[in-house]
Amino acid sequence: MKRSSPRDRPRRGRARARTWLPGLLLISPSLIAVAVFVYGMIGYNLKVSVSKWHSSVKDTSYEGFKTYRDLMDDERFTQAWQNLLTFTVVFIVGTLVMGLVMALLLEKGARGEGFFRSVYLFPMAISFIASGIVWRWLMNPAPGDRASGLNVLFGRIGLDGLQNQWWQDPDWGMAAMAMPAIWQMSGYVMALFLAGFRGIPEELREAARVDGAGEFQVYRHVVFPQLRPVALSALIIVGHISLKVFDLIVAVAGQQIIADVPAIYMWQAVFQGYDYAKGAAIATCLLLFVAVLVVPYLVHTFRQEKR
Amino acid sequence: MSITRRGFLTASGLVLGSWSLAACGDDSGDGKSADGKTKLSVFSWWTGGGEEAGLKAMVADFEKRNSKIKFSNDAIAGGAGSKAKAVLASRLSSHNPPDSFQGHAGAELSDYIKAGQIEDLTFLYEQEGWRKVFPETLLPLLTLDGKIYSVPVNIHRANVLWHNVKVLEEAGVSEPPKTLDDFHSALDKVKGKGKIALVVGEQWTQQHLLETVLLGKLGADGYAALWKKGGDWGGTQVKDALETWAELLKYTNTDAASLTWQDASKLLGDGKAGFNVMGDWADSYFTVDLKLKPKTDYGWSAAPGTDGLYQFLSDSFTLPKGAKHREQAIAWLKECGSKAGQDAFNPKKGSIPARNDADPALYGTYLQWALEEWKKDKVVGSLTHGVVANLAWTSEIGTALGLFLGSKNVGKLQDALAKAAGKYAV
Repeated sequence: MKRSSPRDRPRRGRARARTWLPGLLLISPSLIAVAVFVYGMIGYNLKVSVSKWHSSVKDTSYEGFKTYRDLMDDERFTQAWQNLLTFTVVFIVGTLVMGLVMALLLEKGARGEGFFRSVYLFPMAISFIASGIVWRWLMNPAPGDRASGLNVLFGRIGLDGLQNQWWQDPDWGMAAMAMPAIWQMSGYVMALFLAGFRGIPEELREAARVDGAGEFQVYRHVVFPQLRPVALSALIIVGHISLKVFDLIVAVAGQQIIADVPAIYMWQAVFQGYDYAKGAAIATCLLLFVAVLVVPYLVHTFRQEKR
Repeated sequence: MSITRRGFLTASGLVLGSWSLAACGDDSGDGKSADGKTKLSVFSWWTGGGEEAGLKAMVADFEKRNSKIKFSNDAIAGGAGSKAKAVLASRLSSHNPPDSFQGHAGAELSDYIKAGQIEDLTFLYEQEGWRKVFPETLLPLLTLDGKIYSVPVNIHRANVLWHNVKVLEEAGVSEPPKTLDDFHSALDKVKGKGKIALVVGEQWTQQHLLETVLLGKLGADGYAALWKKGGDWGGTQVKDALETWAELLKYTNTDAASLTWQDASKLLGDGKAGFNVMGDWADSYFTVDLKLKPKTDYGWSAAPGTDGLYQFLSDSFTLPKGAKHREQAIAWLKECGSKAGQDAFNPKKGSIPARNDADPALYGTYLQWALEEWKKDKVVGSLTHGVVANLAWTSEIGTALGLFLGSKNVGKLQDALAKAAGKYAV
């Protein structure tokens, strides 16, 4: 990015204002909107989370961190985070691996690249709600003659061993829940990786080949190291989608504890239990976790751009 | 791709134009639609089956008598109003209430009353003489500090045990079980035939089962005491009930979590399951949707151990404060409380009317039985359907129950239930 160095700036105030004022005016609507609807709301959310607003009657007077302490002892809260952790790990690893494999295949010049690129990217165009409804049917756990979806498919091709309870499995249900999400988002990761591959100059690979590197070594020592920023972006994007997951799970499982995540707990606490403070506290925890993931990345890119 | 300036201007002009047109089409201040009728928006969770049919029948009767009002259905799907209540909560808190909304009569309404979101309707009861026609058992549950806040349309029964007649015949169960012990042996027989003995659906239907078991084990007085301050949730009776319930769950289908109550009832209707405990809205699903014949295809009895007890819930309509069309909403509430309205609604919805003076000839086989039972039974409230506990308490019980379905730890469930009672019982 080009910047004008401070020395170029004219000395007189009016002229100086002429350089920054129009810019500021242009971005002020979005600045104000962000200040009110993002930071203002975060502030209000914090205020509610430490308030006494535990019923349908509004009471925003200060209560302190009792709501947070109660959440720490709350079994459902702990379980929701465990579920989310399983979901996130499977989802991130799944999308990164699938995305990388698909990008590699396309990058190796498969025939009909344009077609496959669209096919892989296409699921992203569908909303989580719509694909959740379909996957609810695909992952139907009904046994015997009532079976449907994937379990029937496995039965027909003789892979009965693969038939399972899907998201209703008490231990690994959330891993199954990540499948629709992987299906949906891996095309996006593929696009990121593909762009990354294309961004690496052909000369670098040729130089490596001249030096006697095999195809595997070219990837291992030349291509992959250069993909690190892309992989990091993909990780952050997929990771924060995962932490906020709500619609997919509601579409597949409704609001049942078996597939509970913090976002669903927050929703139920507020809209079904009318415990606004608790909902706000859960929201704050979620925000903190997303921040833990996103802020270092932002700092990192900011520093790089400055350099 | 390049966009010409003129092309861009045309496109953005079109967008803006259509937006402003859409804004004009929206119902303006007085809510009059093009044909000069006033729009009345009514919020419910009746979107399918007999519920929707019943609502339509009552609306038809309403519009016949109120030709100047156009009924607008703001219904949101979801069993027991699980999703609708959230949408409603956000509409109420943003001061954009519907003109009237559905709520379960009883403790569930107390949240709206405390928050000052619904109006006192006592004047309607005086004006229409409703105090004489609604049952004495029902009115106290609608009353808070001497004021009545809603108009009940119907009475549902929660503690009904449904069975598939053929499946029971094959299994050699001669009559539906009367006690919980009989229930066990009947379930064993059905299970022996390779059928689902007791079919349940997603989490709330299992909570529904629990409330009937609690009633069966504790009896009317013990059950009612649970919902008052100092209710004995930690005692042996509740423990016994929870253990019995946990035992019953062992006879259920493994895919419960992915079935709605209709899916579960359908399995019974299709002859794949023997028993199901569900509210009597299932009756209209059996007859209207599945085209089954009462008593030959499916049968019913009071849930085991609850004979002579009517565990009821009632759908009622309210008048939100700040309703845009108050006058029309009152006309709607009068319809809800009228004999004609209730007799139009209930036969289709599959519930008995809240009024005492209904015409039994209009009602189906099951409902005629229910009308008889309602007259002689002792009345208790339902938990899952908002009669005995407010929304926060019900929600906490739902959480405890959901955690139990994962851990299968009865002791922990009982502790959680006792803790919830300590927190919310008044």
